[in-house]
Amino acid sequence: MLQTAVGPVPEVTSTLSWRDLWGHFLARWGVGRMHFTVDPGIYALGRPGQDSPVLVTANYKMSFDRLRASLPGKNAWILVLDTKGINVWCAAGKGTFGTRNLVHSIESMRLKELVSHRLIILPQLGAPGVAAHLVSKSTGFKVIYGPIKAEDLPAFLDGHFHATPEMRKKTFTTWERAVLIPVEFVTALKWTLIVAPVFFLLGGMGGPEGFWATAMDSGLFAVYALFTALAAGVIFTPLFLPWLPGRAFTLKGMCMGILCAGCLALYRGWRIEGWPDSLEILGWFFLVPALAGYFAMNFTGASTYTSLSGVRKEMKWAVPAEIGAGITGLVLWLGSRLLA
Amino acid sequence: MANLIYLKDVVTLSLDEGKCTGCGMCLVVCPQEVLVRQNGKVWIGNRDACMECGACMRNCPFGAITVEAGVGCAAAVINTALGREGSCRCILERDEEKTGERLPLAGPGPGACY
Ligand code: SF4
Ligand code: SF4
Repeated sequence: MLQTAVGPVPEVTSTLSWRDLWGHFLARWGVGRMHFTVDPGIYALGRPGQDSPVLVTANYKMSFDRLRASLPGKNAWILVLDTKGINVWCAAGKGTFGTRNLVHSIESMRLKELVSHRLIILPQLGAPGVAAHLVSKSTGFKVIYGPIKAEDLPAFLDGHFHATPEMRKKTFTTWERAVLIPVEFVTALKWTLIVAPVFFLLGGMGGPEGFWATAMDSGLFAVYALFTALAAGVIFTPLFLPWLPGRAFTLKGMCMGILCAGCLALYRGWRIEGWPDSLEILGWFFLVPALAGYFAMNFTGASTYTSLSGVRKEMKWAVPAEIGAGITGLVLWLGSRLLA
Repeated sequence: MANLIYLKDVVTLSLDEGKCTGCGMCLVVCPQEVLVRQNGKVWIGNRDACMECGACMRNCPFGAITVEAGVGCAAAVINTALGREGSCRCILERDEEKTGERLPLAGPGPGACY
């Protein structure tokens, strides 16, 4: 605890412990994510004084940790707003990282007594929720929007609060897409694990070789195919996003789905003889793209450049296309079981 | 690599040049370099890159920008259409600060921001 004009303030360092990093890892997989928080309030990083900068962030622990980890050797105050454990950008979209919350925190934390200057630095991605001019009007603190990434903060602070155009632009690099995959994967996996056993058992229907032998063949292949669709939609589509054809995410996902269905067909190739087998594989040429397209469509929410108007427009054709392809595939596949 | 661009000709962004003073605040907050300024005049230079986050509208001191702000998230659209609420994932919610406007609560979201 650091003794200050406004009472004791908890001290934090810029070093992340193994426990912090483990928490980040789990959060990326969606484990304990909704309770991954820090207490809202003011924190002292290093040995801040009256002239030290005030940096504002959300009470999602990953946001807080990234901020402090980016500032080794710096002295600063960190003001954590109560955003119910949601990161800055998403909370700004909702309005919890917002003007009212910020004004209230500045007042209740008695920031005017803590520092002599009248500047607060917000992450740029907090701007959708905060009206900078209204904050100045009601608190006297001028809002300065810092860079998008915490890593750029030292350069920003040392450079008299100047952010280069690169610091102001939200990117969506391969790595930035890759780290989003686990949580999407876990969400989609839950559904796949429910559906896969049903397909496995249905796959045992028909055929001359008896239930279990057939299930181990067509049923098991169905399980492979479902996991292929999952991988196509939540792993390969995000990874290869910029290089897949079209602009709509569903289209990108469906193209990846067709590609993956092709690979499945090659793998299955030696077994395809007669009508039922052809129908079966044809069914997967509809089902895999339908599922992959649906998973890809859901990735719009995690992406950094889709607009609500655009998503609504995409969904007008994408949802019917996914359902249509899904039903067609299901009918073909079930038909192949009945014919076998 | 060039900026990724989503669908064309759908964005609801508009700028009232009569109200704009060229203060440049919108240029600072926009994460997509949608707005540009030349010779003191601001205009929408890269409309299709706009993600309708609403940062420019919220931070324009002169009310010169309007956009139907929201987050481009299919799950939010579905959840809202099904009337689901309170779950941890995306829902389009009523904004606390501006009545009548729907703004979303995104779920895990891109965690790259601090
Ligand atoms: S913030 Fe508003 S007034 Fe300022 S340049 Fe942008 S549109 Fe014009
Ligand atoms: S809504 Fe967001 S992305 Fe679109 S112009 Fe405004 S700040 Fe830029």
